[in-house]
Amino acid sequence: MISIRNVSKWYGSFRVLTGCSTEVRKGEVVVVCGPSGSGKSTLIKCVNALEPFQEGEILVDGVSVGDTKTDLPKLRARVGMVFQHFELFPHMTVAQNLTLAQVKVLGRSPQAALEKGVKLLERVGLLAHRDKYPGQLSGGQQQRVAIARALSMDPIAMLFDEPTSALDPEMINEVLDVMVELAEEGMTMMVVTHEMGFARKVADRVIFMDGGTIVEDAHKDAFFAAPQSDRARLFLSKILHH
Amino acid sequence: MGGYHWNWGVFFQQVPSGGATYLDWFVQGVEWTLLVSAAGWAIALALGALLGVLRTVPSRALRGFAAAYVELFRNIPLLVQLFLWYFVVPELLPKALGDAIKGSPPLAQQFVAATLCLGLFTAARVCEQVRAGIESIARGQRAAGLALGLTLPQTYRFVLLPMAFRIILPPLTSEALNIIKNSSVVSTIGLIELSRQAQQLVDYSAQPYEAFIAVTIAYLVINAVVMYAMRWLEHRTRIPGYLVAAK
Repeated sequence: MISIRNVSKWYGSFRVLTGCSTEVRKGEVVVVCGPSGSGKSTLIKCVNALEPFQEGEILVDGVSVGDTKTDLPKLRARVGMVFQHFELFPHMTVAQNLTLAQVKVLGRSPQAALEKGVKLLERVGLLAHRDKYPGQLSGGQQQRVAIARALSMDPIAMLFDEPTSALDPEMINEVLDVMVELAEEGMTMMVVTHEMGFARKVADRVIFMDGGTIVEDAHKDAFFAAPQSDRARLFLSKILHH
Repeated sequence: MGGYHWNWGVFFQQVPSGGATYLDWFVQGVEWTLLVSAAGWAIALALGALLGVLRTVPSRALRGFAAAYVELFRNIPLLVQLFLWYFVVPELLPKALGDAIKGSPPLAQQFVAATLCLGLFTAARVCEQVRAGIESIARGQRAAGLALGLTLPQTYRFVLLPMAFRIILPPLTSEALNIIKNSSVVSTIGLIELSRQAQQLVDYSAQPYEAFIAVTIAYLVINAVVMYAMRWLEHRTRIPGYLVAAK
């Protein structure tokens, strides 16, 4: 579904990604972790071309992301993305946040879009808040709306960029629950996160990045039982024992 | 002050040429000030919004163009710009067009030059406000809009601009008040707007205090109305839970 082949990226002369290659198959859940500055968020943003890259190739469902002839809005509409800071549109109600792109991008009728939105709000347990504005919701609620908004486009895959890092601790689980449910339904997911409990529970594979390179790319059991590199071992020991 | 003879009734006297009272002159002055300011503001808002967007787009050429515009119009005194529009530009145009302009009624020439000058000058200032507004929200919101499959123009139209304009309403109010005050410079090319009308009232009625007091109050009232209208707009477009929390 998502093929990342030998991708490198520079900011000016500073190299942020070096020869990254991996594959996310249909229905697979891949967790990407690593210390801050390791390039994991940058890599996931390359997948839907929010960040350009200079070398290598990324294919999403066979479509080349870096190809200048690719219709990027069309490609992005098929890949859901959830951001660290939610990025709901603050001047729109929850319902409007969920219907905007359905109507403007997919050409659905406002009624059909609202029906879809209502169904998804029900699913993330926020139907009662449909007419509120994002600023009136808690962080956890906002992130659940953001997930529903991404799902409203019927994506073939979902990208999560540290979806729980900006949340108060007591709100992390309500978001993770939604993500676990999604994973169990067979959604293809690429998730940048430090939530190792989530990784253990639903991930198929874990990718560990450091210094802009993919250091490990292993089945989750293998990764947690016996990380191959010292850097991954050190990272795990730091985030698992405190 | 002791020897001054107050006469507020002067406004109801006929002007020397007849057919109008001094009050009619005063009202005409108010009308021209409002007309020039409103037309200039329409240009400033439309062009300023467009330029402000261009200052934040990915294309380096478009960003450069908008930046050059701002530097050009911000760094030449308003009065000089007015003289350029009124006296110089018609000479620089193709002869037929220039002659057509010079052959049109003087009042039309004055109005067009005044409106263009105020509009284009203020557009540079509005542009910088719009740019600041967009930049204050752009990174994540732009990414979110694009990630949903919206095109860049759609992202501006539905996501960035509605928020940017809410954020910059207070500084835009200042610009709206500025254009009204700046409109007094158009008296220098002969358009008899409110400030020029004050001098004319003095010259003909010989009641300087009444004339200047009336004109001063007129400016204050116009600006107060604009200020309250903008405040009402701020209130109307306030987002529940957002700007209130940010303040």
